[in-house]
Amino acid sequence: MALTYHLQVVNLLAALLLLISFAMLSQRRIVNLVTLFAWQGAALSASTAIVAWSTGQHHLYWSAGLTLLLKVIVMPWFFYRLVRQLDVNRDVEAMLNIPTTMLIGIALVIFAFNLALPISQMSGTVTRSTLGIAMACVLLAFLMMITRRKAITQVIGFLAMENSLFFAATSATYGMPLVVEMGVALDVLVGVFVLGIFFFQIRETFDSLDLRHMEKLKER
Amino acid sequence: MATRTWLPAAEIPPSPPLEKGGTRLSAAASVSTIAAYSASKKGGAMTTGILLQLLQTLAAILLAPLLLGWVNQCRAWLQGRGAPPLTQPYRVLRKLFHKDAVIAHNASPLFRFAPYMIFACMALAAGIVPTFANDLPFSPAADAIALVGVFALARVFLALAAMDIGTAFGSLGARREMLVSFLAEPALLMVFFTASLISHSTALPTIVETLAHKHFVIYPSMAFAAVAFWMVSTAENARIPVDNPSTHLELTMIHEAMILEYSARHLALIEWAVALKLFTYSALGIALFLPWGIAARGDLAALPLAALTLLVKMMAGGAALALLEAVSAKLRLFRAPEYLGTAFMLAVLGMLTHFLLEA
Repeated sequence: MALTYHLQVVNLLAALLLLISFAMLSQRRIVNLVTLFAWQGAALSASTAIVAWSTGQHHLYWSAGLTLLLKVIVMPWFFYRLVRQLDVNRDVEAMLNIPTTMLIGIALVIFAFNLALPISQMSGTVTRSTLGIAMACVLLAFLMMITRRKAITQVIGFLAMENSLFFAATSATYGMPLVVEMGVALDVLVGVFVLGIFFFQIRETFDSLDLRHMEKLKER
Repeated sequence: MATRTWLPAAEIPPSPPLEKGGTRLSAAASVSTIAAYSASKKGGAMTTGILLQLLQTLAAILLAPLLLGWVNQCRAWLQGRGAPPLTQPYRVLRKLFHKDAVIAHNASPLFRFAPYMIFACMALAAGIVPTFANDLPFSPAADAIALVGVFALARVFLALAAMDIGTAFGSLGARREMLVSFLAEPALLMVFFTASLISHSTALPTIVETLAHKHFVIYPSMAFAAVAFWMVSTAENARIPVDNPSTHLELTMIHEAMILEYSARHLALIEWAVALKLFTYSALGIALFLPWGIAARGDLAALPLAALTLLVKMMAGGAALALLEAVSAKLRLFRAPEYLGTAFMLAVLGMLTHFLLEA
């Protein structure tokens, strides 16, 4: 194998991201889900920093730092507080049972790996082989959003998807321009805070965070 | 519950003394392999190989209860209890060997034969897995897939013996064991396939050779396989998330339910086989995921260091097992398929990652 050691570490972290995505998919409790989300951010930040160091792309250090600050420290802290205030740390209601979700997840991974193969051959970066994993993580986060009923888990799924899109950008093109990345980071941060306020509103109106209640278009 | 009458052991023909019975089987097996082996190889290296093989198998058999004692000790410390001495499993074995066996009236010869068979299977497995020296003369006898078969053979005999007497608990335990193992076995095979894809061989010595003595490479697929292997080995060794080794609660027990009818030397053999199984699985985990330090073929100078690293790894692994057992709760029985399904899925993901990142 001709890969250098830091690229092997990037591959290992990519595999770790996939592992965490599956762990999130199988997780029943919201607090554990938030912890896993923080770990995903940490793995993402570490892999971005290593890519920055090995390729000399200095703007990637900024994105690694931003990821560390926002997705490992600020957002998990915010979510822990939300979970405590909303008192929703009970079993997550999944629409499908966990083994079925896992099987669908494996099918998605195979699909994503096949999809990414021709794309990654066109890419010129050294980290192109991890593109398949990034695609798989995006699809798995999507699956998590689809199979969960609570608003807060759907938001975590959305953030996990943003994480994996970021990872896909890093592995395919060494990341987006810094301005775009900072804009996205700010968007996500504001979005999370706005959704946090929404959670309280939803609960006040429906006495629950279960989104099934919002499917009925009936005047109360 | 129906009343049963029991027979004192005096009416049963005495079986051969234990330690000899176990080692004799594995020694006989290794001698036959060695005979075929020596046709191609000759000279002093052969004798050293045989001696090392005997030493490794004997060491595994004798040290296995020590590992169990260490895990129990760590567990007691973590739970804030006074720990039993490290040699407690040996004392239990000695006590059991000195007792008279009590066997039910309607027990068939299979019931008496099963403990010897189970112990022999575990001793055989311990001889195949590289513990501190690699590529010993006996290891070509079985590759990773055949090793899974050896474990399965022991399990079949245990389940048959459990159902032999016809008590409710025995068949309950046997059915539960079969439920757990038919889910665990494919996952274990997938773990072995992942390792085999990397080293292009299912033979354990080649796998260890590739992972430990060639150029160092990080294999992300092995990270998945390691997690899956840990999950499978907790299930196979009747440890906490799936089964509790120290419970006799009828709702939850699996392994203990199967051996309820055994006593004295038969029970001692089964307990010893359980310790040996834990030892073999630990050695297998070390050989697959932390193989650095296992002496290469014919490298006698590396043996003391290999033994020392093995000791350190085993102690660390035992402590980790005790820690994970202390922090996790036992799963409901019907959650066990989900747990093992996750293990299988992780092993499959490991294979997929291998094709994406390492091929």
